[in-house]
Amino acid sequence: MLKKVFGRMTKGSVLRELIFKDIEDLIINSMGIVIFISFFIGAVVTIQTALNLNNPLIPKALIAFTARQSIILEFSPTFISIIMAGKVGSYITSSIGTMRVTEQIDALEVMGINSVNYLVFPKIIAMLLYPFVIAISMFLGILGAYVAGTAGGFISSEAFLSGLQDDFIPYQLAYAFIKTFFFALILATIPSYHGYYMKGGSLEVGEASTTSFVWTSVLLVVANYVLTQILLS
Amino acid sequence: MIQVENLHKSFGEDKVLKGIDIQFDHGKTNLIIGQSGSGKTVFLKCLLGLIKPTKGTIKYNQEAYSEMEEERQRDLRTEMGMVFQGGALFDSMTVFENVEFPLRMLTKRKKKDRRDRVEKVLKRVDLDNVEDKMPSEISGGMQKRVSIARAIINEPKYLFCDEPNSGLDPKTAIIIDNLIQEITHENDITTVINTHDMNSVLEIGENIVFLQKGVKAWQGDHTQIFKTDNKAVTDFVYSSDLFKKVRDAQLKGI
Repeated sequence: MLKKVFGRMTKGSVLRELIFKDIEDLIINSMGIVIFISFFIGAVVTIQTALNLNNPLIPKALIAFTARQSIILEFSPTFISIIMAGKVGSYITSSIGTMRVTEQIDALEVMGINSVNYLVFPKIIAMLLYPFVIAISMFLGILGAYVAGTAGGFISSEAFLSGLQDDFIPYQLAYAFIKTFFFALILATIPSYHGYYMKGGSLEVGEASTTSFVWTSVLLVVANYVLTQILLS
Repeated sequence: MIQVENLHKSFGEDKVLKGIDIQFDHGKTNLIIGQSGSGKTVFLKCLLGLIKPTKGTIKYNQEAYSEMEEERQRDLRTEMGMVFQGGALFDSMTVFENVEFPLRMLTKRKKKDRRDRVEKVLKRVDLDNVEDKMPSEISGGMQKRVSIARAIINEPKYLFCDEPNSGLDPKTAIIIDNLIQEITHENDITTVINTHDMNSVLEIGENIVFLQKGVKAWQGDHTQIFKTDNKAVTDFVYSSDLFKKVRDAQLKGI
């Protein structure tokens, strides 16, 4: 399928429209759930860390440090990607799958259009903006951590800001964005594959969406392990 | 002109097409008829290149389709129009955008030029004031007309229709049949129609091919079909009393 994605290209002016539409559908329309989940995950991580660090010898700044590390290294890139496998992945599989069962993909092919390029390429390009989603998720996660930590009386504002900057290694941010880039490719291609090559009717569209979510999640987790091994060890 | 030589298609052990030889001339409405499971849809998809035949040759104007490079096949497909059984209209686009789509994708026509052409073709298929509607907002008959409009917008040399009358009332079905036949004659194109509809067979069948269990069991036109004594054809075509009476009347010259 990947060979066909980069085969005969769709006309530039049409492709531009498709990319903007996919940016809206896949990126902008996902912001609500990403913002909501990131903020509260950040808050919960902080509360749980604070409740487990009850030794007076451990500095309170460690709460912010732990929250930062958890959010940047795992919660935002991986946890949000698995959520996106459900939201964006299901959307991609069901929309392409519905086009398959209603013969709209055949209609594209009969016109001489490379349907794989027409349907999948714009999604891959749109998902290149996914690291920005994760950057926003990281920011809001840390904001949630700050609000929960200070409003709940677990840590002072000064201690939080100090802990947030302790032992900060910029490469860890690069690591998070590198793996986010690979996750974006997985999120765009695996659901597209399951939608494009599905067979059957409307019931099978639902089944394909479920299968797509399972395989996308599995690949995300495996890719997370492999990339972490390569980039951090 | 389309020439089909010794066409075979199998899905695993299941042999769907078993050596079909047919020629479809241009300027004619060619009908493929046969019972469900006789291989009509697979045959049509082989003609379109959506399914790769197991064996045999399909030639478009003497050029073997199955031996072409994929890019050449795509170029050839730009000369084809297809009316799908369910319409296959793009449900995220308006009627206008659906009909305009092949022009946008395959030509360098300017926006105004495209608009003029779409309006002309929509008028040709008797559709007014539906340009801005979504496919889900119009009737089944209208959807078929939009599908025909989309299929002919780019002036194809070959027009394929898969069950163009399915789900339509008899009056609309006749209108659609006549429209397809008129377009075929006006533009001198090769039209191949897959159908179950015996009205279509008797009304517009200039070249009728009867498929049975993956083989060509009979070929003729709509006048010859009244006279044939091929049992498979008569069993299929005259399965209803009404058509038996029509046949008897035709044979008696009434």
